[in-house]
Amino acid sequence: MLLFASPILFLIILGMNLLFVSYRPPQRVNQLIMSSIGDASFLNPILAQDSASSEINSLVYNGLIKYDRDLQEFVGVLAESWKVEQGKEPRITFFLRRGIRWHDGKEFTAYDVKFTYDKIMDEKTNTVRRSDYELVKEAEVLAPHTFRVTYKQPFSPGLGTWSMGIIPKHLLEHEEINTTSFNRRPVGTGPFRFVEWVTDEKIVVEANPDYFEGKPHLDRIIYRIIPETSLSEMELLTKGIDYYGVLPHQFRRMSEVPFLNVYTQPVFSYTYIGYNLKNPLFQDRRVRQAFTHAVNREELVQYVLYGFGEVISGPFPSHLWYYNPNVKPFPYDLRKARQLLSEAGWKDSDGDGILDKDGMPFRFKLITNSGNEIRRDVGVLVQRQLRELGVDVTFETYEWSIFLKNFINARHFDACILGWSLSPDPDDYMIWHSSQIEKGFNFVSYQNPEADRLWEKGRKEYDVANRKRIYWRIHELIAEDQPYTFLYMPLGISALQRKFFLKGKDSEGREAMSEIKMEKAGLMYDLIRWYVPQKAVLER
Amino acid sequence: MILLIFLVAGSASFIAPHDPGKTNVSFKLKSPSFQHLLGTDQLGRDVFSRMLHGSRISLSVGFVAVAISIFIGILVGAMAGYYGRWVDSILMRFVDIMLCFPTFFLILTVVALLGPSIFNIMLVIGITSWMGTSRFVRAEFLSLRERDFVQAAKALGMGDRRIIFRHILPNGLAPVFVTATLDVATAILVEAGLSFLGFGVQPPAPSWGNILTEGRTYIFDAWWLTLFPGFAILITVLSFNLLGEGLRDALDPRLRGRR
Amino acid sequence: MARYLVRRLLYTLITLVGISIISWVIITQAPGSPIAITLDPKVSPKIVEQMEKNYDLDKPIYQQYFLWLKRLFTGNLYSFKDGRPVLDKIGERIWNTLLLNFVSILIIFSLAIPLGIFSARKQYTFFDNLGTFGAYLGISIPSFWLAYLLILGTVKLFGYPVLGMRSFVTEEFSSLEIVMDRLWHLMLPSIILAIGGIAALSRYTRSSMLEVIRQDYVRTAKAKGLPEETVYYKHALRNALLPIVTLFGFLIPGLIGGSIIMETVFSWPGIGRLAYQAVLARDYPVVMTINTISAVLVLIGNFTADMLYAIVDPRIRYQ
Repeated sequence: MLLFASPILFLIILGMNLLFVSYRPPQRVNQLIMSSIGDASFLNPILAQDSASSEINSLVYNGLIKYDRDLQEFVGVLAESWKVEQGKEPRITFFLRRGIRWHDGKEFTAYDVKFTYDKIMDEKTNTVRRSDYELVKEAEVLAPHTFRVTYKQPFSPGLGTWSMGIIPKHLLEHEEINTTSFNRRPVGTGPFRFVEWVTDEKIVVEANPDYFEGKPHLDRIIYRIIPETSLSEMELLTKGIDYYGVLPHQFRRMSEVPFLNVYTQPVFSYTYIGYNLKNPLFQDRRVRQAFTHAVNREELVQYVLYGFGEVISGPFPSHLWYYNPNVKPFPYDLRKARQLLSEAGWKDSDGDGILDKDGMPFRFKLITNSGNEIRRDVGVLVQRQLRELGVDVTFETYEWSIFLKNFINARHFDACILGWSLSPDPDDYMIWHSSQIEKGFNFVSYQNPEADRLWEKGRKEYDVANRKRIYWRIHELIAEDQPYTFLYMPLGISALQRKFFLKGKDSEGREAMSEIKMEKAGLMYDLIRWYVPQKAVLER
Repeated sequence: MILLIFLVAGSASFIAPHDPGKTNVSFKLKSPSFQHLLGTDQLGRDVFSRMLHGSRISLSVGFVAVAISIFIGILVGAMAGYYGRWVDSILMRFVDIMLCFPTFFLILTVVALLGPSIFNIMLVIGITSWMGTSRFVRAEFLSLRERDFVQAAKALGMGDRRIIFRHILPNGLAPVFVTATLDVATAILVEAGLSFLGFGVQPPAPSWGNILTEGRTYIFDAWWLTLFPGFAILITVLSFNLLGEGLRDALDPRLRGRR
Repeated sequence: MARYLVRRLLYTLITLVGISIISWVIITQAPGSPIAITLDPKVSPKIVEQMEKNYDLDKPIYQQYFLWLKRLFTGNLYSFKDGRPVLDKIGERIWNTLLLNFVSILIIFSLAIPLGIFSARKQYTFFDNLGTFGAYLGISIPSFWLAYLLILGTVKLFGYPVLGMRSFVTEEFSSLEIVMDRLWHLMLPSIILAIGGIAALSRYTRSSMLEVIRQDYVRTAKAKGLPEETVYYKHALRNALLPIVTLFGFLIPGLIGGSIIMETVFSWPGIGRLAYQAVLARDYPVVMTINTISAVLVLIGNFTADMLYAIVDPRIRYQ
């Protein structure tokens, strides 16, 4: 009978476990738990490429400067002030804040900045940041707290690149940067100190008591790695995480949960259909315009994004200064689309429902990467809508790495659905300039001499008003040419437990709590002032 | 049951109430009703129709994959078993290598190299699952080739190929039949698992694994997207397993009751 | 026996080298490149080329293979993705995978054998039929689907997190609570991982038992008037279980492959998930090493299975 003991034991353990979980152990409250789909890779800002690493790096490290909350101008972080001298070889001098210490107690100086720059420029370092500094002629330390860079030519996006996190020279000088264990237990100057990293489970950082802007009010922040969005949602509902980037279809459900606040915010990205302009099918501008007219973008936004997005007319995010509001998106107009196509010579002459020209049916393959559900759904709808126009579209998805190497980088595709994530600076030279057709990111092979000139001019111009004129014109040109069908710019949605507030001083200097607000620069802009107002630190 | 499944798959285009690819976004994520028996998905496509068409894809993946695997399995097994000696040891070593291979990598790579079409998935599942069959066939051959009727055929001067295919194979085919049926069940499961990892039949084609995987995102909004395809896979795989077992009992009384 | 052992080992080694070469060719020939996985307009193509050089990707394949081998054995093998030593990455995860699989094997054996015996004793009763049907259900169910349903169910029912290896805020826990918490997190994934195994093994035990019961010596024992219990559990069972023990070796191949999906569903930090991510990221050193390690595990499994056969069944002789 001994044999039957094992299933009985199994049942007992199971039962005890069920009892255990029915009773909920207490939890600490003054902390923020976030979730990430993938594990971080390098907790070192010059090596990191993925979003998980970058998010944590932004807590642990500081740049010299950062964007303000409206993404208009820069404010100093490690640099107290700076001076831009324009000219043929413009110079930027940074005057660094004194008395800032690394998390290990050593003082931060301009030599750290120089070291960071040198490491980025070192060919042996596996960093993708080097392109940002290719136009730098010289970087030098003038005094322990003064750092100066000289550019080879005027380059207005240059200032923004100094928001890069600075790494400590004294800890990395003698290390092999690509493989050092520092990349897993970082030391920075930021508001939070690194505590631990359990692979594929969590990364923990705690408040830095010596932070120069004051100690953050939260005790710590935990990143949990949860590889599935629907599972993150379950964790959110069981309060296993406090903050979560919501998918559009979850919005309504989330906003009904009493303990959650839901925020929305425009993001720096847009999704588009890119046409390979080397393909004779798409060389006629009227064909591209017709397609844009035939794709019901309002419907895409309304149904695929559940209304959380905006149809855009050109290559910029619509909430920033360089987006030209005078350019209106093409309306959904099938008749116009048919007319444009027949002007371009595409007619259904053999009556098979498919347009043709010189005996060739209009047939092409639309591709996108697999794993992105929204792009997949967009593809299905676009395929259907173009079929209505009489264009035979097949739609296929490929795994990301293959998609890039075999199709996009090889310029071997008809049309693709993709998205760009941009930075707040409008300089998209690498995407649109004709010099980038051969090897760069202009994989649709777009060429427009006037636009080329303007892109060159834009990155040399420091004056914002002049830049605005330049980019507004570029916007007009590209909207007219339609090398892409610009689909939409999504809204980011995030859900946060209601227990968090902002702690600060009111107008009379008393301590006050206020609601956390969504800034243009994101919900977390004031993270160091976040606070959970609760006497007891534990909660059932 | 199996017959019913076949019937359904074969007549999918007749009984499907809607075009499986037809999107109607204002009707998305509707729960089951008379109009849409199993509800609609995130693009307003009719799940019932998609499942009917999906049954074709899933079943054909199962069958073709197994056909390929059986073909390779018989070939390798027959050669190893019939010729013995060094042919046998080389082939069996190869089988060992294949058995140790994490099939996932093979599948990934072939799908990657050739593109994620239905045919490639069949091919990959086929070439990663023949080893069991080949061992079976080899064992059968090893015992059969010593039998009198084979020796007699040899003495009569028949060619190897003729002996293999005309005399030994028919006698050793029963267990192959049984494993084939069981393998169809496995292949359908593998396809679903592949879809889960994003390497299955690529959307928008509706395989059951695909519908299930797409529905996973909407598990809180639309339970029917996850439940029905999973259930369909379960029922089909179950039927094939039971059929395989039944066949085993019928064809080979020696094996009755064994797994 | 000794000669047989040596020969087996030699075969094993050849197989291993064969596997590693084949998989190296397949993996490096697969389209996609570890560098090309970002589409960031801020990265110029020059830098991509430089990085390919840094990773030795510009060298011919066979050189890359030998570099991999050399680095593996000198401990200088680093992952492309995060610059960590590959063996560290695998080392910290492999125990999690082994733990998960060990527990599910434990569950398989502790549930399947009694179930099988019970079914055999009550052959053709309602319980037996139920068991048979349950077993078919068990091998037919898509595991990730079941996992989703169960996660959904438990979360709705208990409101307690089930994902990962442990709950997140554990320092306020007493040690008993920590143990319970870990057990809870092990429970669901290992049960689901075990279901197929339970189904198969309980059937196997049942038929093996039925076969033994019909044998002469059991009948003799019964005829001698020994109590039925003694006959079943002392005489019959031992012989019925012998072939089952060897199954243990064959369970190992399923370990790594089978846990890829479960580890993903349950965010379990094991090597199955690592392998999956590494393949997607074209992290060649990690992929290759996991590949080789899993092949080694499989070979060890086969080897022990054969050895166990030889020990258990004295009728088998090797020349």
